[in-house]
Amino acid sequence: MSVQIPPTERLRTDTIQINMGPHHPSTHGVFRMVLTLDGETVVDLEPRFGYLHRGIEKTAEERTYVQNVPFTDRLDYICGITNNWAYALALEKLAGIEVPERAEYIRVILGELTRVMNHMLAIGFLWNDLGATTFTPVVYAFRERERILDLIEMAAGSRMMPSYIRAGGVVADLPEEFMPRLQKLVPHLKRFIDEMDTMLTKNEIFRARAVGVGVLKAKDAINAGISGPVLRASGVPYDIRKVDSYSIYDRFDFEVPVHTAGDVYARYLQRLAEARQSLRIIEQAMRDIPEGPVTSLPYKQLSRLKPPKGEAYGRIESPKGELGFYLVSDGSNKPYRFRIRSTSLLNLTLLREMCIGHKVADVVTILGSIDITLGDVDR
Amino acid sequence: MLTHEEILSRLRERFPEAVLDVPEGMIDFTIVIAPQAWHDVALFLRDELGYDFLTNVTAVDWPDRFEVVYHLYGVQAGHPLLTIKLPVTDKENPVVPSVVDVWRSADFQEREEYDLMGIRFEGHPNLKRIMMWEGYEGHPLRKDFQNRTYSYAELEPTRKATPDW
Repeated sequence: MSVQIPPTERLRTDTIQINMGPHHPSTHGVFRMVLTLDGETVVDLEPRFGYLHRGIEKTAEERTYVQNVPFTDRLDYICGITNNWAYALALEKLAGIEVPERAEYIRVILGELTRVMNHMLAIGFLWNDLGATTFTPVVYAFRERERILDLIEMAAGSRMMPSYIRAGGVVADLPEEFMPRLQKLVPHLKRFIDEMDTMLTKNEIFRARAVGVGVLKAKDAINAGISGPVLRASGVPYDIRKVDSYSIYDRFDFEVPVHTAGDVYARYLQRLAEARQSLRIIEQAMRDIPEGPVTSLPYKQLSRLKPPKGEAYGRIESPKGELGFYLVSDGSNKPYRFRIRSTSLLNLTLLREMCIGHKVADVVTILGSIDITLGDVDR
Repeated sequence: MLTHEEILSRLRERFPEAVLDVPEGMIDFTIVIAPQAWHDVALFLRDELGYDFLTNVTAVDWPDRFEVVYHLYGVQAGHPLLTIKLPVTDKENPVVPSVVDVWRSADFQEREEYDLMGIRFEGHPNLKRIMMWEGYEGHPLRKDFQNRTYSYAELEPTRKATPDW
């Protein structure tokens, strides 16, 4: 409302308010934006949440620690594996649980596969939102996602809701046919990323729609708690895998790609570059994975887990950014407080500032480039 | 990177009254700050100690008090996790100062704690419900909240009980 629209001498118009969503296809779920428009230009934007609020934080207080694992799948339902991982990490920190070597490698392999899958889907959906092309990129992305989901199904028995990573390790060892399949898939995914790069990066229409749109400055991004690819596309080389070097990420040789422009195009390039780095990590993990046990806490012990009184905040670099769990234990078998530090909600903090001054069609692009999942926004 | 002693000594030097307690035996390094001093301490932490990334704002409902918990990192300075706690003993009317003007990331999270835990953040520019609908009464994350089944009429006051067709 504070933004001044340059007055045009020929035509003066009133501003109008429209609701975009909750059932708008570009919002990737049920999310509403109240837009104030002057012609086609956005003057004000107010995000409204809560349409997918399921009260997971409250529900989790009434269930045991292991019963809460399936709820984490349903936060960011694109990346179930990394959600399980963040919860497991926080619980391990709280209860002081060790994780066997092999389990760490399995976590890294599946976690990075999830990152590739998420980034490809994010690019596909961004193109879908642009509407500048046919349906092709999103279908290509879904095709490759299918191959990755097959691997996750092989390991966990479920495609989207794996509940595979639990405190102390993973549920079960990888089946025999997993590794040969993965060895075939990794070069295939590399080719696929190159293919997406060749097909999309230099597209003139895409550049016209994405360059200079939704610019986010590094200082504002840090101040607003934005994390993940969106933060790094603004020029801040902050990757929790490097900063905290949790799990075994200090053993792998990989880079943190950074782009400085902070616009939609930079976020697209950022995701491509990160997916390449993830495949690099997977290759090294495949080479080094040792034999051994996959969990230090069998189910019978895990289901009776009573962490000592205390609290812990554990976070990981999920594909969308920082995903954290804050667990408070009162010594019983249920968490006293179960707080989810959502990635998508925080990444939406500056949506208003990013959209003001752009056209309505750009709002769709900017939202697509932030890459939110409503299950994670509302919890 | 600052050591725990450095953080504490600089805080105590600048705000002799603010640091209430440094609990021992915590997994994460925690400082308990007096709620009335929190806004000044927050500015000090951001501008002079380099904690520029407020990652998480939450609250815990204990039998005798509310605890508002902040998790901070320093992105540019590379600081590890710092946990700040504000004890709020007034259970009837819990109020703490808002830090939205210090860290924008507190915006939605403070609204969420206001909505679900019923803690009022003084000075928040847009303090209203974020997850629950307008007109909802009560705060679900409080321990004394009674779970019950809602009727459609309560959930959607505008919806007719029986459709016209």
